[in-house]
Amino acid sequence: MANSINERHVISVIVMNESSVLARVTALFAGRGYNIESLTVAPIPESDMSHITIATNGSSRVMEQITKQLHKLIPVYKVIEHEEMVEKEMVLVKFPIAENLSDISALCAAYNGGIVNVGTEMVIAQVADEPKRIKHFIEASQRYNPCEIVRGGVVAIER
Amino acid sequence: MQMSGAQMVCEAIIAEGVKTVFGYPGGAIMHVYDEIYKQNGFEHILNRHEQASVHAADGYARATGEVGVAMVTSGPGFTNAVTGLATAYMDSIPLVVISGQVPSQLIGTDGFQEIDAVGISRPCTKHNFLIRSLEELPRVLKEAFYIARSGRPGPVLVDVPKDITVEIGEFKYPDSINIPSYKPTYKGNKRQIEKAVEAIKSAKKPLLYLGGGIVLSNAADLVRELAEKTQIPAVETLMARGVMGAKNPLLLGMLGMHGNYSSNMAMSETDLVISLGARFDDRVTGKLSEFAKYADIIHVDIDAANIGKLVDVDYPIVGDITKVVEAMLPQLDDIDTDRFEAWRNILKRYDELHPQSYVDSDDVIKPQWVIERLGELLGENAIITSDVGQHQMWAAQHYPFDRPRQWINSGGLGTMGFGFPAALGAKRAFPDKTVINITGDGSILMNMQELVTAAEYKIPVINVILNNHFLGMVRQWQTFFYEKRYSETDLSFQPNFKALAEACGGIGYDVSTKEEFDAALKDAIEQDKVCFMNVQTNRFEDVLPMVPSGGALFNMMLPQKIDNSKEVK
Repeated sequence: MANSINERHVISVIVMNESSVLARVTALFAGRGYNIESLTVAPIPESDMSHITIATNGSSRVMEQITKQLHKLIPVYKVIEHEEMVEKEMVLVKFPIAENLSDISALCAAYNGGIVNVGTEMVIAQVADEPKRIKHFIEASQRYNPCEIVRGGVVAIER
Repeated sequence: MQMSGAQMVCEAIIAEGVKTVFGYPGGAIMHVYDEIYKQNGFEHILNRHEQASVHAADGYARATGEVGVAMVTSGPGFTNAVTGLATAYMDSIPLVVISGQVPSQLIGTDGFQEIDAVGISRPCTKHNFLIRSLEELPRVLKEAFYIARSGRPGPVLVDVPKDITVEIGEFKYPDSINIPSYKPTYKGNKRQIEKAVEAIKSAKKPLLYLGGGIVLSNAADLVRELAEKTQIPAVETLMARGVMGAKNPLLLGMLGMHGNYSSNMAMSETDLVISLGARFDDRVTGKLSEFAKYADIIHVDIDAANIGKLVDVDYPIVGDITKVVEAMLPQLDDIDTDRFEAWRNILKRYDELHPQSYVDSDDVIKPQWVIERLGELLGENAIITSDVGQHQMWAAQHYPFDRPRQWINSGGLGTMGFGFPAALGAKRAFPDKTVINITGDGSILMNMQELVTAAEYKIPVINVILNNHFLGMVRQWQTFFYEKRYSETDLSFQPNFKALAEACGGIGYDVSTKEEFDAALKDAIEQDKVCFMNVQTNRFEDVLPMVPSGGALFNMMLPQKIDNSKEVK
């Protein structure tokens, strides 16, 4: 089959705000054997709709099916398979306060982030950047012994 | 007008013009049943199992083209209905199923007879609703019927908590519908249709590949016109039997795993597949890489997700078959029909070489003979339903279906036990037609309690049991692919079918000769009562031709040309 190479794709699904709509979307992925790499949902301001962003992977045939099957769901208003997009992801990392805070601060600054909370034993850093750079940031942060890392899902907007 | 939620359910059913509802009461749906008792806008048929209620509504929908309605209670009532929903879903049949649910405040507490109905039915309904408030009930009911019958049809579940059925509120059934996120495409893209027409005109060996979507779209007459105008030969899927009419010289037959030789060869050699409302099911295509290998493909389907799902399509057209074929026809006025003559002749030769055939016997009844005999005696007047297995395939191969909606069977899900309740629905819709359920000794037991329903409501359905004392289709696979290890398929231990039918208020016939069959059928039609006709048939008869699962369509196992009835296997 042509185009059978698995590639990463980001799709936005605009749905009507109604009960179990997220379950319909995720059940479709589970039932038809598609992958979800990350998923974010939030209401669209001043509307009765929500924006779901899904990062997934698959061949072009699979991507076409995902898009079409999503569109078949009754509460799905629109499906956008992103091509030219701005894509961001957020991560929160908790470091022990005993680590070198100025180094951590410099590291965060290099990835458009910073320390957002300081407690008696821990500091919390926040970074929002492209998913690839988030991955690099997490790798770089390992030397400061992070105790907890929480990654948000991807959000994307077409350019 | 002020009324209870239960009354609203009944009013909506009446407003939709539904004449018959199939169902089974229970705790959570009792208020609705109380209103059913008080009204006379529709009749309610009490099946003896919820699965049968949904199949009966399904049979009603398939026979009429209208939305079938079934009603069940929460918990086990609903779970029993799931097979019915899935059956209708796989064959795109418009149904509205109303299920009771535990009172709103109990939802999520594992209450008595509580089950997450919308969760369970999500993958086997076109859409489903859990009613959250009385205010939304009229709108949701209206939307349920609309969603069920529009676009690619399908079953819709409306789950109604008990407290909402008691609550009183204002009822106004909406006149119109606005679902911004649901706008089915009916009209095909003009440019794509033009391109497809050009492809038809320049093809040398085109083939019409006709699917159940034609039946759903009520487009059979148009499709016949298209075939006749272009003189392009046609093959039908299991779900499209009757579209072309058995006598139509352009019809090659059914294709697929049990398709006839010329149909499967036509699909293997064609240079242009014109797919109308078919979805390239694995039972049709066989090995995909060999399927229509030399052909460009025109695919017309109302469901965009069907297009390009399994095969690459050269001319995709999303739209309703009726609308698309209507648009195609005038553009084909100048087609040169002689162009396809050589192709038609090749296919005719194929059919002469290996016609759909079997060798009859004088000693034992061949199942194919029964089907042919039914066809001779009843022809286009009967509605034929079937269960699932060998008898289903023989019926599809040998019955001379003349019109769409004459043939009612579970194609996609392959549900044993579908035929009898579906026949009840069809017979209720068309009381003047003879309705025959062609079934097997395995399948019939899966909804045999419907004998009681049929007897009580005087729904005279004739069940022709092609009895081979086997789960025949599985046995056939065991013969071919499991070295004759007949694991759990021997049904030698059987009920007394005649006595069983009689015990439930029907008639039974034991048939083991052709004469007895004719006599029994004549009597069954005259008696006008539900019956079991227990026909002893050749035990080891196989459904042929057969394309082994995953094989290429042109690699068929063909029927033997000798009498095999004395063969010991």
